[in-house]
Amino acid sequence: MIREFGTSDFLFILFAVRWTLLLSAIAFAGGAVGGLVIALARVSQNRIFSGLALGFIRVFQGTPLLMQLFLVFFGINIFGISVTPLLAAAIALTLHASAFLGEIWRGSIQAVPGGQHEASWALGLGYLDRMKSIILPQAARISVAPTVGFLVQLIKGTSLASIIGFVEMTRAGQIINNATFEPFTVFGLVAVFYFILCWPLSIAARQLERRFSRATAR
Amino acid sequence: MTERTSGAAAVRMEKVGKWFGDFHALKGIDLEVANGERIVICGPSGSGKSTLIRTLNQLEPVQEGRIFVDGMELTGGDRNVDAIRREVGMVFQSFNLFPHMTVLENCMIAPRKVKKIDKAEAEKTARHFLERVRIPEQADKYPAQLSGGQQQRVAIARALCMNPKLMLFDEPTSALDPEMVKEVLDTMIDLAQEGMTMLCVTHEMSFARSVADRIIFMDRGEIVEVAPPDRFFDAPEHERTRNFLGQISH
Ligand SMILES: Nc1ncnc2c1ncn2[C@@H]1O[C@H](COP(=O)(O)OP(=O)(O)OP(=O)(O)O)[C@@H](O)[C@H]1O
Ligand SMILES: [Mg+2]
Repeated sequence: MIREFGTSDFLFILFAVRWTLLLSAIAFAGGAVGGLVIALARVSQNRIFSGLALGFIRVFQGTPLLMQLFLVFFGINIFGISVTPLLAAAIALTLHASAFLGEIWRGSIQAVPGGQHEASWALGLGYLDRMKSIILPQAARISVAPTVGFLVQLIKGTSLASIIGFVEMTRAGQIINNATFEPFTVFGLVAVFYFILCWPLSIAARQLERRFSRATAR
Repeated sequence: MTERTSGAAAVRMEKVGKWFGDFHALKGIDLEVANGERIVICGPSGSGKSTLIRTLNQLEPVQEGRIFVDGMELTGGDRNVDAIRREVGMVFQSFNLFPHMTVLENCMIAPRKVKKIDKAEAEKTARHFLERVRIPEQADKYPAQLSGGQQQRVAIARALCMNPKLMLFDEPTSALDPEMVKEVLDTMIDLAQEGMTMLCVTHEMSFARSVADRIIFMDRGEIVEVAPPDRFFDAPEHERTRNFLGQISH
């Protein structure tokens, strides 16, 4: 019944890396779009937009990611619409990432000095041009390091999708462990894979931060 | 529709009132500035000088009264505000250049985005005005690579690239090291001699004396005195003006 941990088990976990990456990529891409909308709504003069965005951020930052996954997965299934674990995880992680990136980027936008808004207003630039050409490029520099930092959290966060049955890296590890009962080897290996994904990003975040702080101090 | 009376004043303010919360920052401001006129605004700190000129491009919206710029009513809707912003150039104490753009890009962005002028044309205009403020050789540098005086001249060129009818200056030399004040004032004098309508908040009294057609003295949100330089400096009517002049000449 219980077998030795072998090459095929190793490969099974290795191939599950792509599902972790795919889920991270979807959540990050979706979260980037959602986060931009949330951040712009947060800093807008419109009380309703900014209030709604604040509520969204509070809800998703104030509840565990696991509950968000459960709510999306079981919640949608209740309505008789069947969602695959991948779709449910993608939706929940996208909402989660939208809230966190929205908050990070709100802070970055507000860190751009008020004089930049004033100068672009005085030059006659419209809202979209002010944001696109003046404010967001400067906010982007400020936000690079925390954004990459969040991406690391997000990659690790995808492991929770294992609980709703999506076979990414962590779930693959559980499956292999159930067959081999070598938790130390199996989960050690899984941890190493996460580390290999996340470590370079952490380094990149640090370097980008240094590069941009030098650029702005130019 | 934007109505415009021909031969209109560059600026007309009628009983303008402005509050920051409970604080009454501008009180019953009446002011008319003719085309080509050069106005210097002075007064103690907190008297509302910045607030006054910032109402003219709606960086500060007002709660009371009417404002006309070049015959268009600023207080008459967003379309007028956008049209007026295009005609009013502003230079700030802290330059406010865009740090992620070169000097040339700083000067090209508004003509390109607002006036939809093509790139080559915008670059030509930008180089022309950089020449006029005497820093054509800095075009490809970033703002942080320039001295304060150079940055402020770029800010002036950037505003001029929109061909404004009116230029607002809010203490343009106050953040500069003393040795750079002159180069910026000289640029402003050039502009005045070319007939630009200018409203300048400044403490540079020699500039005020030699360039201004009229000097406005403000105190506690009010315009206390308006007079040509000779009368303003030599025979001010109001006690508050005399006190102020007494303080700055020591
Ligand atoms: N955004 C604001 N919120 C609240 N109060 C403000 C704001 N801006 C200006 N004020 C107040 O309005 C008054 C006028 O300010 P303003 O900046 O116009 O003065 P100023 O004459 O330009 O002074 P200074 O010479 O110091 O630049 C001051 O008392 C100031 O504290
Ligand atoms: Mg001021």
